[in-house]
Amino acid sequence: MASLRETLARTRQSFFGKVQALLGQSNITADTWDTLETLLLQADVGVATSTKLLERLHQRAKAEGIVRAERLHEVFKHELRALLESPPHATPPSWEKTRLLEVILVVGVNGSGKTTSIAKLAHWYQQRGRKVLLAACDTFRAAAVDQLQIWGERIGVPVIAGPPNGDPGAVAFDAVQAAFARKADLLIVDTAGRLHTRHNLMQELRKVHGVLRRAVHEAPHHTLLVIDATNGQNAVAQARGFTEAVGVTGVILTKLDGTPKGGVAFAIAGELGIPIHFIGVGEQIEDLEPFDAAAFVESLFE
Amino acid sequence: MFDTLTDRLQAIFDKLSKRGVLTEQDVDAALREVRVALLEADVNFRVVKDFLARVRERAVGAEVHRSLTPGQAVIKIVHEELLATLGEGGKLDLGGPPPRVILLVGLQGSGKTTTAAKLALHLRKQGRRPLLVAADIYRPAAVLQLQTLGKQINVPVFAESDQAPPDIAQHAIRQAVQSALDVVIVDTAGRLQIDEAMMQEVEQIKARVRPAEVLLVADAMTGQEAVNIADTFNKRVGLTGLILTKVDGDARGGAAISMRAVTQVPIKFLATGEKVDALEPFHPDRLASRILGMGDVLTLIEKAQQQFDEQQALDAAEKLFNARFDLEDFLAQLRMVRKMGPLGELLNLLPGMREVTRQLSPDVTERQFKRIEAMICSMTPAERHNPDMLNASRKRRIAAGSGTTVQELNQLLRNFREAQKMMKQLSTNPRMRTMLGLVQRRRPR
Ligand SMILES: Nc1nc2c(ncn2[C@@H]2O[C@H](COP(=O)(O)OP(=O)(O)OP(=O)(O)O)[C@@H](O)[C@H]2O)c(=O)[nH]1
Ligand SMILES: Nc1nc2c(ncn2[C@@H]2O[C@H](COP(=O)(O)OP(=O)(O)OP(=O)(O)O)[C@@H](O)[C@H]2O)c(=O)[nH]1
Ligand SMILES: [Mg+2]
Ligand SMILES: [Mg+2]
Repeated sequence: MASLRETLARTRQSFFGKVQALLGQSNITADTWDTLETLLLQADVGVATSTKLLERLHQRAKAEGIVRAERLHEVFKHELRALLESPPHATPPSWEKTRLLEVILVVGVNGSGKTTSIAKLAHWYQQRGRKVLLAACDTFRAAAVDQLQIWGERIGVPVIAGPPNGDPGAVAFDAVQAAFARKADLLIVDTAGRLHTRHNLMQELRKVHGVLRRAVHEAPHHTLLVIDATNGQNAVAQARGFTEAVGVTGVILTKLDGTPKGGVAFAIAGELGIPIHFIGVGEQIEDLEPFDAAAFVESLFE
Repeated sequence: MFDTLTDRLQAIFDKLSKRGVLTEQDVDAALREVRVALLEADVNFRVVKDFLARVRERAVGAEVHRSLTPGQAVIKIVHEELLATLGEGGKLDLGGPPPRVILLVGLQGSGKTTTAAKLALHLRKQGRRPLLVAADIYRPAAVLQLQTLGKQINVPVFAESDQAPPDIAQHAIRQAVQSALDVVIVDTAGRLQIDEAMMQEVEQIKARVRPAEVLLVADAMTGQEAVNIADTFNKRVGLTGLILTKVDGDARGGAAISMRAVTQVPIKFLATGEKVDALEPFHPDRLASRILGMGDVLTLIEKAQQQFDEQQALDAAEKLFNARFDLEDFLAQLRMVRKMGPLGELLNLLPGMREVTRQLSPDVTERQFKRIEAMICSMTPAERHNPDMLNASRKRRIAAGSGTTVQELNQLLRNFREAQKMMKQLSTNPRMRTMLGLVQRRRPR
């Protein structure tokens, strides 16, 4: 076991350097492929997606007669980036006002970073001239409403809330009315964390979605799924489950300021066709960035 | 799903007719599949490598017992190694002069605050007098969150404004002594293991309160980084145990293997829900089956035993597998799922059952349920037994009799047919049969 611990420490320092070296100046060998596989697995890309990616790279290498590892490197990065950019509508909700009231519904498993991301989003859109209102539809978790309210106060965005353990649908409805009354043009709806396997809770989420749909034309205009980048393969199941329930239109990948690489993004964008819109890179209000596929791919190789 | 690994292995070994000793080729073929299963379960790839090397060493040349196929023989060794890696579940060690301190640490959002409340409730039930300490001064409403939970479970919460977390923790101990409280549970802010300032803070808290237990609270959904997280926290604050949270989802939980492999400290609890009583002791055999993708049959049985009469649960399981499944059974199932509430969730632990329970308990509200009940009760026994005979005029009669509409009745029949189809599939699935056999074997005489 001690050996494992040591190798781990060593890997982190030398592994990526080794990739660079291997890919940099040599001809492609079996080692090149092994290293690439390790790189993908270590980044939580998952076995199935990694295998698919490498098979395609193999084919291309053969078809195009690629012999230099350096060239393979380029081609691979290109492929990875294309995969991330493959979903249609790969751009985040525009910051321009496009309709009377735009509604963003935010969903995800427990503790993924929904409430914090909503505060960041509200700030982001507000800075770009939007009139934002927040709906505190997590009526379940202890102090969830207070958490959002504190954020609201900090950034000067009003928060609509209901009684503890009240009906989240009712809060959503009130929030829409308030948004119209106050002439807000962007409503962001926070929801309680829930595991996608909990049928009842997913049903509750559908109801909130239904309330919004009935209250505002074509709402919610964006349904954003917040995924913790520290998660492994379960994130793909989350994306599938939430999409099935409420039609996820985009992902916010949080906690990328830590060590994880967020490789599940490839399966989510590539297989499920759901674009990544934003990344969370810290706990502060400005720690939100639009997703940049090229930079994301580069960070895999760092 | 449940059968993937075992099935895949079976397919490999079906080609080999000979039995006796496991050859290198046998083992390597099997281990390729095991590798995929472990990686899919989020076990760190290096940990997988190490693990497979150990299994290989044991398996090559091993005798295959006459009652096992080679595939089963390899699985058995894999399972044993997994058990060894997961280790036995540990208990809290709170002996010594009170107050004893439990320090909870971990990444953001892993479940520390919720788990602190759960531990407090657990200890209070054992006759201890816990004090919860709110040492997260950063997250908005973190203190209020703990205070709210404390109120729910009737456990005092120590909080101070304008103080640094190490001071708060130290003051809490003084408070515990004064109030004759014997366990102090310190909830800390979430922190990244690479955040130097925050890691220093937790070291300071530890130095001040000298905890009996330092527990890493980690999300069961964690991926490859689990090793680095656990390793760093262990090096910085010397962990005494792990708590795996959000186990109630469908994450395979391979992170537990990774964290055990690097820290060697025992897994002390599993957190299985958002409510304050959702804390369970750790059983390595179940997690091992889950990581290998073999279903959590034992957990199902034990939960069923706890929450309702075992006979009822067994009957329920048997009914579910019964090929005869008419509207009467459907109604009985609906009633049972409603009455037992958690049964629907329990059944989800059985692989393949999620779809079935979805049909059975499509989250019917009280009102909807009443209407379904009314419709079925308005049918003749023959109609319940054979819904195919429901023609338009019969449907109108039933709708009128139950105060519902024909559309609703049609919807009910659609749901029923889906459920029936699923039941058929399951009852003809040999693996399901085997599992039922397992359930039956545990039936008390
Ligand atoms: N390091 C880091 N922490 C984050 C990030 N986003 C959120 N967090 C932290 O993660 C924790 C959980 O965040 P919340 O916003 O409360 O998560 P949530 O999804 O609303 O949680 P529930 O409502 O309980 O399901 C908090 O401690 C946040 O500060 C991020 O991008 N980086
Ligand atoms: N489903 C499920 N949810 C859980 C479990 N444990 C905690 N949660 C939920 O996970 C979310 C985060 O839990 P917290 O206790 O706030 O996590 P934390 O580690 O204190 O978060 P920070 O203080 O922000 O780092 C909340 O929504 C909890 O209700 C569990 O075992 N199962
Ligand atoms: Mg929240
Ligand atoms: Mg907390």
